[in-house]
Amino acid sequence: MQIYVNEKALTIKEGQTLHDLKEEIKKDADVLVYNGFITKENPILQENDRVVLIKKGEMPSMEEMEAMLLSRHTPGVHEKVKNFSVGIAGLGGLGSNAAMSLARIGIGKLLLVDFDVVEPSNLNRQQYFIRHIGMKKTEALKDLIQECNPFVEVETIDTFLDESNMAEIFKDVDIIMEAFDNAVSKALLTNTVLTKMKDKKLVAASGMAGFFSGNSITARKAGKNFFLIGDGVNEARPGQGLMAPRVSIAANQQANTVLRIILEEEGE
Amino acid sequence: MIINGTEKDFPEGITVAKLLEELSLDPNKVVVEVDQQIVPKDEYRQKKLSSTAAVELISFVGGG
Repeated sequence: MQIYVNEKALTIKEGQTLHDLKEEIKKDADVLVYNGFITKENPILQENDRVVLIKKGEMPSMEEMEAMLLSRHTPGVHEKVKNFSVGIAGLGGLGSNAAMSLARIGIGKLLLVDFDVVEPSNLNRQQYFIRHIGMKKTEALKDLIQECNPFVEVETIDTFLDESNMAEIFKDVDIIMEAFDNAVSKALLTNTVLTKMKDKKLVAASGMAGFFSGNSITARKAGKNFFLIGDGVNEARPGQGLMAPRVSIAANQQANTVLRIILEEEGE
Repeated sequence: MIINGTEKDFPEGITVAKLLEELSLDPNKVVVEVDQQIVPKDEYRQKKLSSTAAVELISFVGGG
């Protein structure tokens, strides 16, 4: 019978339990992840079960690392997610937060595009830290992704996106994420993708300022290849700022929509 | 015509540009879909709408 231990195939005898396996392979393991779930039980192992054995506090080798980072995933998800590339247009509150979630789920490739540097007023909602102030956002975000999932391929382009370069820059990615701050750029990218890049999926966002209910930030399918996140109305303006909670909700609705597109769960 | 699912009364043959003006929408911040086809921005001044057109207008707001 074949099972997977740390994502590597292993042949075991019928009737072996999870604890038998632990005794044999990693006696001192204290976190037993069984088909994506940490269990204290001792189930009899079945064909194609996935087990990851972790010793708390121990730094794994690079060979074991990827399986351990993704061991809490629903089995079967990682193989699909790893085959996809996502281009992110803008690395502010939306783009930086969405990129981190996509990195954590083990997306195959991220193409990160922004022209700006990290400055102090970004830190109230964007993924960056004090040590990144003054760095290019592309470089700062690449650095963060490297620290939480080094198995994601990251390409960065340090440029201002406009009508002249959008289509060319994103021509090779599977899914495009609109993560700009300003409404004109949001509309420009959306119109460009929907009229000139009809084979691409687009996940855009509009309306996440202020401290209104998080429940009003919805994800909806707005066209065949077009998904729109946000409350649709609450813009950033004098007297109504942008803050981490709602911006992160919108960013993660975008990341979750990307995941659902990949897993063909997007619905209507 | 139907605009975002609601029946609205506009003159037959109104252009997309004029419709946006009537609705006080900035043409640089919208996506316009007529009968499930996106209208490119450079056609807003020419594209006329029939009284039975189904129009979807998505108006982007700033923030991110």
